[in-house]
Amino acid sequence: MAELAGELRLPKGTVYGILRTLQAVGFVEQDRESGKYQLGPALLHMGSSYLDGNELRTRALNWADGLATRSGESVRIGTLHENQVLIVHHVFRPDDSRQALEVGSLLPAHATALGKALLANHNYIAAAFAPGSLSSFTPATVTDIYRFRQELEAIGERGWAADVGELFHGTASIAAPIEDRRRVTVGAIGIAGPIERLCDGRQPRPEFVDYVMEAARAVSRELGAIPW
Amino acid sequence: MNGRYVASIDQGTASSRCFVFDDRARIVSVSQQEHRQHFPRPGWVEHDPEEILRNVLLVVRVALDKADLTPQDLCALGIANQRETTVLWDVRTGAPVHNAINWADTRTDRLCREFARKLGQELFRGKTGLPVTTYFSGPKIRWLLDHIPGLRERAEAGEVLFGTIDSWLVWNLCGRHVTDVTNASRTLLMNLHTLDWDPELLDALGVPAAMLPEIRPSSEVYGEAGAPLAGVPVASALGDQHAALVGQTCFKAGDAKCTFGTGSFFVLNTGARPVTSKNGLLTTLAYKLGSAEPMYALEGSIAVTGALVQWFRDNLGLIGSAPEIETLALTVEDNGGCYFVPAFSGLFAPHWRSDARGVITGLTSYINKGHLARAVLEATAWQTREVVEAMNTDYGAPLSELRVDGGMTPNNLLMQFLADVLDIPVMRPIVAETVSLGAAYTAGLAVGFWPDTDSLSKNWHKAAEWLPSMDSVARERAYRKWKKAVARTVDWVDDDE
Repeated sequence: MAELAGELRLPKGTVYGILRTLQAVGFVEQDRESGKYQLGPALLHMGSSYLDGNELRTRALNWADGLATRSGESVRIGTLHENQVLIVHHVFRPDDSRQALEVGSLLPAHATALGKALLANHNYIAAAFAPGSLSSFTPATVTDIYRFRQELEAIGERGWAADVGELFHGTASIAAPIEDRRRVTVGAIGIAGPIERLCDGRQPRPEFVDYVMEAARAVSRELGAIPW
Repeated sequence: MNGRYVASIDQGTASSRCFVFDDRARIVSVSQQEHRQHFPRPGWVEHDPEEILRNVLLVVRVALDKADLTPQDLCALGIANQRETTVLWDVRTGAPVHNAINWADTRTDRLCREFARKLGQELFRGKTGLPVTTYFSGPKIRWLLDHIPGLRERAEAGEVLFGTIDSWLVWNLCGRHVTDVTNASRTLLMNLHTLDWDPELLDALGVPAAMLPEIRPSSEVYGEAGAPLAGVPVASALGDQHAALVGQTCFKAGDAKCTFGTGSFFVLNTGARPVTSKNGLLTTLAYKLGSAEPMYALEGSIAVTGALVQWFRDNLGLIGSAPEIETLALTVEDNGGCYFVPAFSGLFAPHWRSDARGVITGLTSYINKGHLARAVLEATAWQTREVVEAMNTDYGAPLSELRVDGGMTPNNLLMQFLADVLDIPVMRPIVAETVSLGAAYTAGLAVGFWPDTDSLSKNWHKAAEWLPSMDSVARERAYRKWKKAVARTVDWVDDDE
């Protein structure tokens, strides 16, 4: 607590009062042994269940359709669900080919652009990943927890994420976070398609990154995050 | 006007929306504004026409602002509107003489039964393709003429004008008193074969010709809008369900769609000649594009689908927002044995029973709000099945897949259940906003922004598909229960009400 009081430049008594309130709502918990304070479980759930998935789908539908049309690829919207990505919306690739609706399916967060975009904005969840807990799907899947955290930091700064052949061979995905009016990341939207179409070598093509980020911004605007 | 965009207005039962589209039919911006629903008495539904007009002008301005556009960027404005809703206004002052009477309003019930009794349903069905029911505008006009002192004399002198919402908007935007064939076809006053007001029907319903608008094609430049949209050509007007048919690019005989909104409307394009229904569907116009031949359609109209979800939200307060109905319904595995038939305005297609009212049946102490939420959603699917069965019988060819659109299509649980009870694939297009898209397409065609309907069909792409997964024994058992529930709605309204 002394550290907190120092950082905030507030008297210890004031900090103590604030911490008690945060503890009461579960945003902060105190480690029994060390006596140190850390972020609590309520925060872990707040980010992912902040917006009902059905509500998110309804508000995002038009923009998701637009992203599918512009990019020519399938679009998915996902939310964080216990360290995985829950697909709450799926728009087919607009080529009238036979496709199956993936709403309700779960994807690994560390091997998909959707997951990475979500985790980059939920640091406390990413911090909870133990070394060795990232399973491998292809040789390209990032399994080193430290490399993964570095990648998440970069994603946090540039505002978009990608997976290049890390879940399925030959498939790449690009995603960006969706924020609501409280500036909390409530979901992520992204496209997925063949590597040779979405990437130049192993780098996502900038025009696809632009389409995804614009769609994410449009949905965030819809949710009140960015004023018109 | 060198605009690179088309704007369309979707003036619906619950709200007004403006969409701006580019030449690849992509949505550039959207704006929406709900208006108040007035329920002065049970069964009565009204809107304030001036609130609607204000909202329409507002959403157009906001949609343009969001996209950093001005009216000069628009090459056309299209209008899709809630049909049948009746507005009467003073020609000099422009002021409405009464609130707009909504399509679902049932105050004309006794009047309609008298017309049917005195003149016979055949007279109306033969000329208009419609049964005499509270749904349509003609009886609503007559009700207003009977109930507002002095109104009939003013109407006969041409001092009071009638319009459905399209006419009200075009009159305020361009100063012309017109309507399109699809809207006129919902008045019980227009002859389906001549596409003109029918003197015998005007006489039968007691509506003076002087108050009626000129009937025009759905796709045509009616005029240029005045301020605040100065110079923008108003280039289409059509009923919302007809706009959706165009938005779904159902341009050939046999093409069909179902729009799931406040109400749901299954429309089948039957080609250049009207097809009579023997199973409770309506014969109506599909659309008329400029000087081309009119296309006709069969329609199964379901009055209450999304409206039931809104009722659940606003009147019962069991959900905070419409999409939450899906979340609540998913807290249980099935309807628990309860069925909800929302005959709030009587039963529409295919039964047409104005003496029916809503029913929730199969209740036991087991039922919780999750089961009710399930029943609310399932009501939409079962009502659709009844209408599809009637359509298959009338048209002679069974539907093999269903194209869907409208505000309820984001509801995955509903779409899957729909595929299950219809036992055919259900698919929605990219751009599920087919009403707005259709109005934009129709306006764009009128000004040459798009060359022809083939170019529009190329824009249709499947965005999602739901395949039937229900066991047929379970389906038929549930359908049997649904039909029992429907049987419990009729014979409710008494003659003296």
